[in-house]
Amino acid sequence: MLKFTKQGIYCPRADVYIDPWEPVQNAIVTHGHSDHARWGMGKYLCHIHTVPVLRLRLGADIAIQGLEYGEAVHRNGVRISLHPAGHIIGSAQVRLEYKGEVWVVSGDYKLVHDGVSVPFEALRCHHFVTESTFALPVYRFPDPTLVFSEINRWWAQNAAEGFNTVLLAYALGKSQTILQHLETETGRVFLHGAVANVNAALEGMGYQFPGERIATETDRSSLKGAIVVAPPSALGSPWLRRFSPYRIASCSGWMQLRGARRRRGVDRGFVLSDHADWEQLNQAVSATAAETVYVTHGYEAPFARWLREHKDLQAHEVHLQGAEVMEDDL
Amino acid sequence: MKRFAELFVAIDQTTKTNEKVAAIVRYLADSDDRSSLYAIALLIGNRPRRPVKTSDLKAWATSAAGIPDWLFEESYHIVGDLAEAIALMLPPNLLSEHDYRLPDVIVQLAELPEQTDEQKREIITGYWQHLSRDERFIFTKLITGNFRMGVSRQLVIKALSIHLGMDETTVAHRLMGKWIPAAETMVSLFAEPEQGSRDFQPYPFYLAYQLDGSLESLGNIHDWYIEKKLDGIRGQLIVRNGQLYVWSRGEDLLTNKFPEFGPLADALPDGTVIDGEIIPWSDGRPLSFQVMQTRIGRKNLSQKSLREAPLVMVCYDLLEWKGEDIREMPMHYRRNLLETLLSSPLRHTALLLSETMPFDNWGEVALFRREARNFHCEGVMLKRKDSAYGSGRRRGNWWKWKTDPLTADGVLIYAQSGHGRRANLYTDYTFAVWDDAGTLVPFAKAYSGLTDKEIAELDAWIKRNTVDRFGPVRSVTPHHVFEIAFEGIQQSSRHKSGVALRFPRILRWRRDKKADEANTKADLLQLIDAVNG
Repeated sequence: MLKFTKQGIYCPRADVYIDPWEPVQNAIVTHGHSDHARWGMGKYLCHIHTVPVLRLRLGADIAIQGLEYGEAVHRNGVRISLHPAGHIIGSAQVRLEYKGEVWVVSGDYKLVHDGVSVPFEALRCHHFVTESTFALPVYRFPDPTLVFSEINRWWAQNAAEGFNTVLLAYALGKSQTILQHLETETGRVFLHGAVANVNAALEGMGYQFPGERIATETDRSSLKGAIVVAPPSALGSPWLRRFSPYRIASCSGWMQLRGARRRRGVDRGFVLSDHADWEQLNQAVSATAAETVYVTHGYEAPFARWLREHKDLQAHEVHLQGAEVMEDDL
Repeated sequence: MKRFAELFVAIDQTTKTNEKVAAIVRYLADSDDRSSLYAIALLIGNRPRRPVKTSDLKAWATSAAGIPDWLFEESYHIVGDLAEAIALMLPPNLLSEHDYRLPDVIVQLAELPEQTDEQKREIITGYWQHLSRDERFIFTKLITGNFRMGVSRQLVIKALSIHLGMDETTVAHRLMGKWIPAAETMVSLFAEPEQGSRDFQPYPFYLAYQLDGSLESLGNIHDWYIEKKLDGIRGQLIVRNGQLYVWSRGEDLLTNKFPEFGPLADALPDGTVIDGEIIPWSDGRPLSFQVMQTRIGRKNLSQKSLREAPLVMVCYDLLEWKGEDIREMPMHYRRNLLETLLSSPLRHTALLLSETMPFDNWGEVALFRREARNFHCEGVMLKRKDSAYGSGRRRGNWWKWKTDPLTADGVLIYAQSGHGRRANLYTDYTFAVWDDAGTLVPFAKAYSGLTDKEIAELDAWIKRNTVDRFGPVRSVTPHHVFEIAFEGIQQSSRHKSGVALRFPRILRWRRDKKADEANTKADLLQLIDAVNG
């Protein structure tokens, strides 16, 4: 029912693309990260909580329809519904059913709860299209609650030693997860404009996160002992100078590897991911009971081979063009 | 082990040197003597011999992790470090409060070679089960070697100097050579050695930075000794109590590798320590570094290899004379003694004097340095005549000034994700030149030389312009040209292009050049003639 084309994952019967990277008429967007949500589609279909994000990022005038999780639309006999992926706020797996055949496109997902997004829902299907960002056995992420307390402890220690704290986290997703778990009695929380913009967009959906937007007139003395949440692109930019003296950390699944940590040139690397690790990916694939698995976005080749040779599944690697540049992986 | 793991994490987590030093000082303050000694040994790279084969280690880890070999290899490639890959791949450890003591672990590892393979496996996998992830990493690192902890030797010396209340130069000296932690105490290691108890111990090497200021800023040229910078192995030759010791700068004891120096035990007076360059030499000039490498790589020295690569030491400094440490004396004093020593009839043919070159002005030095290859050297050394022999890498009194590297323009044809780096980031490149048939033949692999920004840009381009994939390697559209720098070039039958380069790296991205403007194989062969001719 689905085809992997130059423009994206395509359902000919419903004439709809999932996360296309070239302009098409009908697009279903799994979530708001820029490697999945692109500009120039005729119509967008996504989860209702992704609507304000796409409007913020792609323009207020886009033609867009939001669905609740589990709510279905029908296109030429194909039943299409969105289901929680647990990746970030509004992230969805796409389920397509036609004459009893069920496909599920995972988008990006994780199984552990982050306390912000609706937890992943395991869906039974015949064909499962899975991401594989961290599909190697060296990626076994620690329990995020432990990571949150590490972050809080580090912040408190920095404040006690006279340092401000800067956390680099992607503006959509990771930032909200972190903000949600900060122990705000330690000090004030400041936000980079990109993070504040996303928070503001989500406010309309009833989300509320701590933190004040940094403005040019923000008094430097108010930053003392504070924490600042900024996107990874802030690293090495003059924007950071006003926070001196500070210690800076990167929050990402890639921080699992020492080389990546050192390469970033940050003081600390917190292993915090909005993707599934090796265990979770295997668990998710099993839970679908799918006979055929298509592996995209990451370690396609090894994960597909693993599923073929050790899980007895028909697994194929799919190289999606445009899937190479992951926005949230720094 | 838990405290040492904490120390490791503390050092690893900060990029600031004073925080690293503080972490070491804290560790030393809270540790018993024995743990401190073993920790110091590890911190400065004085580690036990590898007790098990890497292939065994891999096999045990693979089976403990419950994954196939190929997946192990794939993951290892991404991580880039075997110990880290194993630590991450193993299933979560059994909860255990037991703390293994670092010295006990190292002693047990040292005894491992005498055990059967089955016993080895049991011991190592037993540790894996009980150690936390950080401890596992360190434990496995102890086995695989390459234990670099993210601190320079200088920082360890600094921390010890604070901890012991001793000056850094003395601490540096006491740490030299392959001392054995089991045979020392903190007192015995750092106290003034008794006469004859540490004959083997070399002095810390004095190292120079590359000259970065102008020559004129060095002042009067006649205040300086100017010598050729040779491309051999920096070494220290010690004769004490009728015994000879030859140390490399990496603190490997190489006495047995260099039988040429054997007679010096008798020919040199007791209490002599010479600093110099060990280099293959014939007909009054050095042979190429490749000759040296082949020679060093040999386990057993045949008459043939002794004949083909006869070694000398080109001596440039005298550190100890008649048992007296003369490093604090000015260099002209040390050099006078050295010249007298080497000009005596007792002089052995394996010892040559590093000649100083009588330049009258800095312009002549610059000219010589530019043409250094024609004079069989890689540049010049500049040493202030009244300088003491320092310890470690210092600025001011000694400078090296290497000649510019050779260069060639190559086309990027393959890319591979880097070791120990982010998964999908392509950072290891293969470059090619054109052969006569108009085909691109690979001639250099290079990993470094681009900025992070350039790497990111190139990475994105590689992903969009992949022609083919072979495992982790991608071939890309031949398009981008890079200027590759290297220190030497030789003919080689092992390489498709017919040439082998020494220390290739990327000098810059030649965005102004098209692929067909890159160099050719013929250009490289010509270069070989020009350089080695």
